[in-house]
Amino acid sequence: MSNTAAECGKSLLRIEGLDKYFGGLHAVDSVSFDVTSGMIKAVIGPNGAGKTTLFNMIAGYFPPSGGEVYFQDTLITGMKPFEVAGQGILRTFQNLKLNPHMSVLDNVLLGCHRTGKAGFLAGMLSSGKSRKEERQAVEAVLPVLEWLNIIDQKDTEVGNLSFGNQRAVELARALASDPPMLLLDEPAAGLNMHETEDLAQRLQTIRDQGKTILLVEHDMSLVMDISDEIVVLNFGQKIAEGEPQAIQRNEEVIRIYLGDDNA
Amino acid sequence: MKQYKPVFILLVSIVLIQLAAVLLGKAFLLTQLTMSAYYVLVAVGLCMVMGYAGQISMGQAGFFAIGGYTAASLGTINFAEGTHSFLFRILDAAGLLIEETTLYGDVIQYLNPWVSLLAAILIAGGAAFVLGVPVLKLKGHYLAMATMGFGIIIYRIVLGSRVFGEADGISNVPAFPLVPGLAVSGDFQSRVSNYYIAWTLVILGMILLINLIHSRVGRALRSLHGSEDAADAMGVDTSRYKVSVFVIGAVFAAVAGFFMTHYNGGIGPSEAGVLKSVRYVSIVAVGGMANLWGALIMGLVLNFLSLRGVFGHFDDAVFGVVLVFIMMFMPEGFIRKSFWQGLKIRAAGLRKNRKVQSEGAAGE
Ligand SMILES: Nc1ncnc2c1ncn2[C@@H]1O[C@H](COP(=O)(O)OP(=O)(O)O)[C@@H](O)[C@H]1O
Ligand SMILES: [Mg+2]
Repeated sequence: MSNTAAECGKSLLRIEGLDKYFGGLHAVDSVSFDVTSGMIKAVIGPNGAGKTTLFNMIAGYFPPSGGEVYFQDTLITGMKPFEVAGQGILRTFQNLKLNPHMSVLDNVLLGCHRTGKAGFLAGMLSSGKSRKEERQAVEAVLPVLEWLNIIDQKDTEVGNLSFGNQRAVELARALASDPPMLLLDEPAAGLNMHETEDLAQRLQTIRDQGKTILLVEHDMSLVMDISDEIVVLNFGQKIAEGEPQAIQRNEEVIRIYLGDDNA
Repeated sequence: MKQYKPVFILLVSIVLIQLAAVLLGKAFLLTQLTMSAYYVLVAVGLCMVMGYAGQISMGQAGFFAIGGYTAASLGTINFAEGTHSFLFRILDAAGLLIEETTLYGDVIQYLNPWVSLLAAILIAGGAAFVLGVPVLKLKGHYLAMATMGFGIIIYRIVLGSRVFGEADGISNVPAFPLVPGLAVSGDFQSRVSNYYIAWTLVILGMILLINLIHSRVGRALRSLHGSEDAADAMGVDTSRYKVSVFVIGAVFAAVAGFFMTHYNGGIGPSEAGVLKSVRYVSIVAVGGMANLWGALIMGLVLNFLSLRGVFGHFDDAVFGVVLVFIMMFMPEGFIRKSFWQGLKIRAAGLRKNRKVQSEGAAGE
């Protein structure tokens, strides 16, 4: 599944002073950090801290008010979402964005779009090349479906799947083209405990195959279990960064996460 | 191969309908069936834009008119009148002129329609591109209004220009010789062959679109209909794809208009009217939106009835009512999968009930 020769220890994604204002609201406030190749890095923080906004800026959904993002030393701020995807950064959405009327297989095959070449003309003429490309894409995604236990539903319309399986389809779609980097926005939201455990194992497997994962997550135990490094956001600002153990001991983090809840 | 099965059924139906019409002495029906085929071509092209890529266009009649008026205006230029002109000499040397002697013994020389067809495709495709780039950034009713505005502009242009014959349109458009012995024309003797020309064009169009739907690009189009954000996130250049499919829809309409004009020997401004555009939209809607075959069947049935005059004075009203009805009560269209699946399940249920009842009766 993996041919991404990750040079471990090298910075893959670099975020430099990202800023975002929504009117008067400073949703993301000069946030900087690096994501090292081959690691799972988590961004945590209370609701409204600016995590999704940060993701949307990395993925090109809206331009930052300031700051830059580099991927493999290429400036990707200013790129459109499809161009960011073309660079090999594939994302999932907090609120699932699948096509409910398309089959599981078709939804996942969309993930291979960025590595395909057949255009309108090749498609209309059903050229030999385009059919071969299609066959190869199917061959490439079937193992992913199998690994995520959704192979039996491959011809089912996604709208008829359980929520947990729909999440799996999103993950499969992001993995389909074997990208070097994944951005996962709350991948465990809405999953039960058992499904969350499965997810944790899978994310670790994905990392062990050399991919780099940046994830936003609410579920603290999941984050502490699997992350190599954690960034904590609060009101748009980065208030802490480090290994899970250090974060767990960080007083400000404890105050935000426990203090407010216990108040 | 599975996806071509309906194409084969269509082919057989076309032949059977033709044979039946001739055997029953109703060959005159072939004329309306031929014209319906050209309207069907517009509808299936629009189906790709609306049903698959999810972009509404209320301007298809404008593209149809671009094709038709290109055929008519280029086809009715008699180059024999200006044999000394530079243009004449270039076209003549390139072998792009067709010479013909009229009934009165005059020699006329007109542009080979293959050249005008190419021009029609380029003009319609170019117009769709120029219109599509800014307009397809709009959504929903804004997009509907903008494309309708384009349709109105084309309508006013052809209605107001001397070269386009104003309210009378352009007539005396010569035949379009496809290959020796086969021409697009309204000639009485070539009624059967023209029926086959028109439906062959529909079949070719269907094959291209079916292929497209089942390709990498088609999947990207379908998913951008479902969620543009998701398509974007997977690397689909959604703006470019929307414009490209819009161009394809426009080219289908222009080719249909081009052939129809050679078939009818002319074209008038009513073909460019907004109400025609509404027709195409309502045909795609009633056909089930993302359903090429639905658009084909409804396009054939409704246009045929309309051309036979079944709707009388209420012709345009019928299409309007159909559109309103569909939008209000069946937003997924009439010929949609779930509707027919529902019927099938209900029918299966009835059969089961009957079986249970009859078994119960036998037991008593
Ligand atoms: N498109 C937007 N327009 C205006 N405000 C927004 C927009 N998106 C997010 N916000 C605001 O920015 C802040 C951060 O939101 P978000 O990034 O979604 O937080 P998180 O994902 O950490 O819960 C919130 O106060 C939210 O209301
Ligand atoms: Mg969020």
